[in-house]
Amino acid sequence: MKALSQKRRHPLAAIALLLMGLLVTGGLYAVATTVNEAKASTTSYSANDTAEGEKLFEANCATCHGMGASGTQDGPSLVGVGAAAVDFQVGTGRMPMQMNGPQAYKKPAQFNDQQTHQLSAYVASLGAGPAIPEEGLLDGQGDAAVGGELFRVNCAMCHNAAAAGGALTRGKFAPALADVSEKHIYEAMVTGPQNMPVFSDANVSPEGKRDIITFLKQIESNGSPGGADLGALGPVSEGLFVWVAGLGVIIAFTIWLTSRTS
Amino acid sequence: MSASSTAKAPAFVATTKAGRVTDFVDARVGGSGILREFGRKVFPDHWSFMFGEVALYSFVILLLSGTFLTFFFDPSMAHTNYDGSYVPLKGVEMSVAYSSSLDISFDVRGGLFMRQVHHWSALLFVASIAVHMLRVFFTGAFRKPREMNWVVGGVLLILAMAAGFTGYSLPDDLLSGNGLRIIDGVMKSIPVIGTYASFFFFGGEFPGYAVIGRLYMLHILLVPALILLMIVLHLFMVVVHKHTQYPGPGRNDGNVVGYPLGPVYAAKAGGFFFIVFGVIALMAAFFTINPIWNYGPYDPSPVSAGTQPDWYIGFVDGALRLMPGVIGDFHFEYVIFGYTLSLNVLLPALVPAGILFTVMFMYPWIESWITKDNREHHVLDRPRNAPTRTAIGVAGFVWYCVMWAAAGSDLIATHFYVSLNDVTYWLRALFFIGPIIAFIVAKRVALALQRKDREIALHGRETGRIVRLPHGEFIEVHAPLDEYKRYKLVGFESPAPLPAVPNDHGIVTRKEKQRAFLSKWFFEDRVAPATPAELEAAHGHHAHPAVEAAEESKSLSH
Repeated sequence: MKALSQKRRHPLAAIALLLMGLLVTGGLYAVATTVNEAKASTTSYSANDTAEGEKLFEANCATCHGMGASGTQDGPSLVGVGAAAVDFQVGTGRMPMQMNGPQAYKKPAQFNDQQTHQLSAYVASLGAGPAIPEEGLLDGQGDAAVGGELFRVNCAMCHNAAAAGGALTRGKFAPALADVSEKHIYEAMVTGPQNMPVFSDANVSPEGKRDIITFLKQIESNGSPGGADLGALGPVSEGLFVWVAGLGVIIAFTIWLTSRTS
Repeated sequence: MSASSTAKAPAFVATTKAGRVTDFVDARVGGSGILREFGRKVFPDHWSFMFGEVALYSFVILLLSGTFLTFFFDPSMAHTNYDGSYVPLKGVEMSVAYSSSLDISFDVRGGLFMRQVHHWSALLFVASIAVHMLRVFFTGAFRKPREMNWVVGGVLLILAMAAGFTGYSLPDDLLSGNGLRIIDGVMKSIPVIGTYASFFFFGGEFPGYAVIGRLYMLHILLVPALILLMIVLHLFMVVVHKHTQYPGPGRNDGNVVGYPLGPVYAAKAGGFFFIVFGVIALMAAFFTINPIWNYGPYDPSPVSAGTQPDWYIGFVDGALRLMPGVIGDFHFEYVIFGYTLSLNVLLPALVPAGILFTVMFMYPWIESWITKDNREHHVLDRPRNAPTRTAIGVAGFVWYCVMWAAAGSDLIATHFYVSLNDVTYWLRALFFIGPIIAFIVAKRVALALQRKDREIALHGRETGRIVRLPHGEFIEVHAPLDEYKRYKLVGFESPAPLPAVPNDHGIVTRKEKQRAFLSKWFFEDRVAPATPAELEAAHGHHAHPAVEAAEESKSLSH
């Protein structure tokens, strides 16, 4: 220690300190960024999967995303988007895209599970990115109350507090979340598909994501305690219902009650 | 003198016990006199006359179900951790108000049903008031002597909206909190006093700890008491004025044709109460309304997509959504001496509602000034027979509906797969153009219907039977109307424009000129009812209906 304190006024001390500082911040930054990519490529893909995936990619995706997924004017580069993004987009039928538009619609998936797996393997091989989540995060055994709070703070402004979906600008929208699989919900959060922001692990922890999924699945399985939910769309559908059905039935009764006379 | 006269009067002695009790009560409260007076009040029968009743019955249901809810609701904004049976909120921090609303929904027997009865009947209450007012407007029932009652009805509509909004805010869930936040924003946009008004209302910075308790007091005491007072005034005036009636044979401004209250009408009205109750109960049993458990506790940070007020406040929300923040380089927000003036909130929140209610309240006087019609009217107009009034009403209705639709712009966008921006642009255009188109179309439709009525009165109803005459001509046989139906088609007034007249000093004032101009605008386009002479000409001199077809074009030219 004494040697160190003696050399603290050495002409090179300032430079050494600067170097140390840079090393520490750089190192911390590297650690912090890899936290967001935690669990990347934990699923192992065989060389065969990757090779088959490449063939599928060239036949079905390269038109827009380019050879080697490097991107064209019509589609972004997929280097580094990770297996989770492919699994979500292809698994929910959003990709291949039906037509160009503000947003891809969900539709019956065009590839089977094995083909989706192969495509994921190929894209994952291009660069590190979020991987398909582990089963443990998708079991729906988290804390629904915590998940509900996270959902209201992070998701409800677009997806609606009851997860019934909502409008965004210029034809974009946040879809309703009923009937979306646990895996796809998780993948959407980590990859931010379409117009959705990414909710990284630093933003909402994997446990938090598990809680959100638990909450969504719980309100889905609870059903509607008060009777038909009218789309869970809030006061607009309630108002429409009272004007059309409520008043309609009452008008029918008034006509019946006064029909005896001219 | 009085002693001798009472001694002479034959004392009535009831024979049965029930009779004696009835006689005892009657001798003291004079029930038979009241019954004699009210029991013989005549009410005309028409389905469109029953919406006021629907509103009254919904209000009774609101009082009953609301009383039940007060037994369990706690309007406190103190913090608590939810410990009821709804699992997705277990342990979540929330206000006592929200927690007790959840308890009503999940842990009080019949509580959710009663909450839904209360909320559905609130929506129906305001809706039936609105339809009732539309009926009164389009049939001209607001004319003398009923102008004051029209105003009382308008006050009732505003009070009903106030009752609804204060109730909507009570559960302290995310939806109601978002609604209050908008009210807070509108209050703060009022120049000079805005911030003070908001701090006074919320007892400090929004949301504070006071507002739910204050709203609760307004919701369960002040507003219902005012509504009750206005209902008493309203019904009192209905009794004084007697009921209006649709035009028909034997009906005029001096009589009322219909059933007496007792026994027929009382039975119908009493039964109708249970029908309304039944419809509301069925809705409450099978359809969710305001699922507060979905929204979670209020917290100023999250705002859910699809946040809307209940339908009756929707038009104000829609106007706010339609208002642009800037048009090109023109801004609607200024900073004057360090104070912000937010016209982009103030204008849409207050101006359309202000115009709507001002015109609504003033309309009976506006119309009677233009038409110089100060006579009493107890026979209603069919809407087509007052084309300009009908057109004004439809224009106002369309204007309201544009704002109303704007409150659901996000749902229109998602459910019809269109761009939210486009929906907003279209509705902005319709906000200005819609009422004009509606006015023109409604007026033309009304005039066309009048012409059709006139033709039917003159030439009878088309039977659809085609006859070939001996010389080869084809004609359609028209069946003449019976007297009763024809009366309906010809028994109305069609006033001509009143030109400006000089006052006592022989001067035509500027105001009178304006009135004459408006009178021309009001009555210029008119279809006169078929006169007896015209009817005679159309029916009298030919026995064979076949000739009518040939004459059609001639008699139509008016």
